[in-house]
Amino acid sequence: MKHEKAKKFGMVIDLDKCTGCGSCMVACMAENNVPFREDETDKLLSVAWMRVYKLTNGKPFPDADICYLPRPCQHCEGHHGHSPCVSVCPATATDYDTRTGIVSQIYARCFGCRYCMAACPYHVRLFNWYDPVWPDGMEQSLNPDVSVRMRGVVEKCSFCIQRYQMAKDRAYMEGREDIEEEDYQTACTQACPADAITFGDLNNPHHKVHQLARPDHRNGGKPRAKNLFRLLERLGTNPKVYYKSSREWVRNLGDNHDAIQEKA
Amino acid sequence: MDTALIPKGVKRCPLPQFLAGLGAAHVVLLWGVFAMLLCWLKGLNQTNMNNAYGFAMWIWADRAVIALGGGAFFTGFLRYIVGKDKLKYIINYAVLIGFICYSSALLILAIDIGQPLRGWFIFWHANVHSMLTEVAFCLTAYFFVLCVEYLPLVLENRQIDKVPFFHNLTHNMHEIMAVFAATGAFLSFFHQGSLGGVAGVLFGRPFGFREHILIWPFTFFLFTWSAAACGPCFTILITKITEAIARKKLVKDDVIELLAKISGWMMLTYIIAKTIDTIYWAVVTAPSKGLALSHFYTNNALYGYWILILEVVICGWVPALILITDKGRKNQFTLWLAVILAVIGVSLNRWVMVLQVLAVPVMPFIKWVLYFPSWQEVATTILPVAYGVILIMISYRYLPIFPQEAELNPLEPPALPEDEPEAGEEAAQEAEVQEDQKTGEGDLQPAEA
Amino acid sequence: MFPFSFEWIWDMVHMVFHGALWYALSIIGMGMTYCIIKAAYDSAQGSKGDHH
Repeated sequence: MKHEKAKKFGMVIDLDKCTGCGSCMVACMAENNVPFREDETDKLLSVAWMRVYKLTNGKPFPDADICYLPRPCQHCEGHHGHSPCVSVCPATATDYDTRTGIVSQIYARCFGCRYCMAACPYHVRLFNWYDPVWPDGMEQSLNPDVSVRMRGVVEKCSFCIQRYQMAKDRAYMEGREDIEEEDYQTACTQACPADAITFGDLNNPHHKVHQLARPDHRNGGKPRAKNLFRLLERLGTNPKVYYKSSREWVRNLGDNHDAIQEKA
Repeated sequence: MDTALIPKGVKRCPLPQFLAGLGAAHVVLLWGVFAMLLCWLKGLNQTNMNNAYGFAMWIWADRAVIALGGGAFFTGFLRYIVGKDKLKYIINYAVLIGFICYSSALLILAIDIGQPLRGWFIFWHANVHSMLTEVAFCLTAYFFVLCVEYLPLVLENRQIDKVPFFHNLTHNMHEIMAVFAATGAFLSFFHQGSLGGVAGVLFGRPFGFREHILIWPFTFFLFTWSAAACGPCFTILITKITEAIARKKLVKDDVIELLAKISGWMMLTYIIAKTIDTIYWAVVTAPSKGLALSHFYTNNALYGYWILILEVVICGWVPALILITDKGRKNQFTLWLAVILAVIGVSLNRWVMVLQVLAVPVMPFIKWVLYFPSWQEVATTILPVAYGVILIMISYRYLPIFPQEAELNPLEPPALPEDEPEAGEEAAQEAEVQEDQKTGEGDLQPAEA
Repeated sequence: MFPFSFEWIWDMVHMVFHGALWYALSIIGMGMTYCIIKAAYDSAQGSKGDHH
């Protein structure tokens, strides 16, 4: 059997393009059967794999500026696959796949201890505080390729892993050895009307995401491209979601600098 | 009515009074059980936890009771391994308190998980890299040890002891208790440490993350050390409260003072290490993540520098310095003060290492999130307290928990004071009304929690 | 937990972790077994040891 070259799926999100419309959130919920409640006022109880944060530069008019930051799971690699959440799960219910770089979640294995939530600094891991209840008839429109999660387990963005499975199946049926870049795209990427999200294999120099991010794999995957940054770079989580912004204050908000500034 | 079950040579309150106290504790217990059932049947939406607070009051309570129950393993270690023979007069109570604490911790964990019926996955599908796995295994295994240590005490009940098999079993278990105690100390080292590691390994949470020594973060050692230091203080505190409620001396001062002295030196060494750890974390670890110390203690309504000062100075250095001095241990006021401060200190440490870790915003564009428990969380946290009170009441009444009780409280004052503890009379059981335990859960609550 | 569960890997971490665990559990188990068997034997012999 031919040894498959390891992939490293990741994203570049252009924050200068993002309008904060929320299409990515909606597409994600529809694609992944993400549950919702009648009353979603308490956002701390909401389940949203993709969340759009509103960033402000804190300045008064006329210098006020805002930026919207979509935040999917960062699919951290950490050091050698030790992402913050994977190593802490006591029941091996989450895994870092070295063949794809995707951090998975096994819903039927998770028993809801929530240690992974405590470990994740990006708040991408969400707990099902309630049983999912779908409005009458809506269960007919659920995605049959994604299992619906029950109350009491943790879930999170999977980079639409089911689409990767389907792309691989299709490639196999068509006699292709590997999938093409466009064969596997996440729902949020396709739904973004501003084309702010680019998704692909960070290890593949032909993929646009690689060309945009130019990750330095010998330096923990840090971006070599100008104006690119990753969230909380200093923690050493080694995430695979890159953000792009021409605005310095936005890039500065990607990490904590207070101790560094104090030292200076 | 139950005279035949009460140990020889000691007096207990009349049965109706005992049952009234027991009933009061049961009311609280049932309240907790009701809340527990709500959580199990309706899910964790009954709590005020949310996606910012995956861990909250229960996990704090869990870590706190395990730290406070540390008196059992450390007193056992001192008594059986180090050979501090005098501690045999308090070891029974230390074991009972430890048993209550650990069984409570297991119960709380069973309520805390989102899918309680899958709780066994942690054993079956164990991820040996997870600190929580280590906690679950060692905690459960150590609970077996506590059962083994508590069992002889139950078998020493006057009526059970009459059965030759049980009598011999108790005798044999006492013979090899050092082996069980050593195993318990071994297991405790790992689970107390792993509980510290739970926050210490979170490199995504700079408030909890600590540098590693060997394969463990520094909090691993700090948690073990603090449990060994403060656990005995909790044993002393509960003993003192029991004495106050029973209105009689149950353990001689020299025993308490010995335990307090060891605890004091343990606390002093712990608090030195904790201070070094805090300074290193504040000037090296946290800044390496881009965060200044002020980030963790400002811009929010609760967590200020006061909490650090309260934990390390007032509830750390002060009790340690009191307990290492002869005067401090002999003076009842300072002794009470020191053990109460130590208990608060270790509980506060567990609180910040659970809740403040999660409260501190890590992404620069989010804010602090504060949390207040729901009544269901409060009730289920008080549930183990009521359970503990009930178990202490029953054990104190029917089992020879305090070997020095009969000697310290002779039934007929003029009779030989040097009498054997078991040489008392049965007749006087109803003679004198004592207040022991009549208040039920009330007075024991803060300490047990 | 057991070598036949499919996540089990015969690596150093598993051997150290489970080795220590089963070592401790074995001591508890064997200790209790010894006490129970000896108590049954002693009782059958009619002895009543004194532990006080």
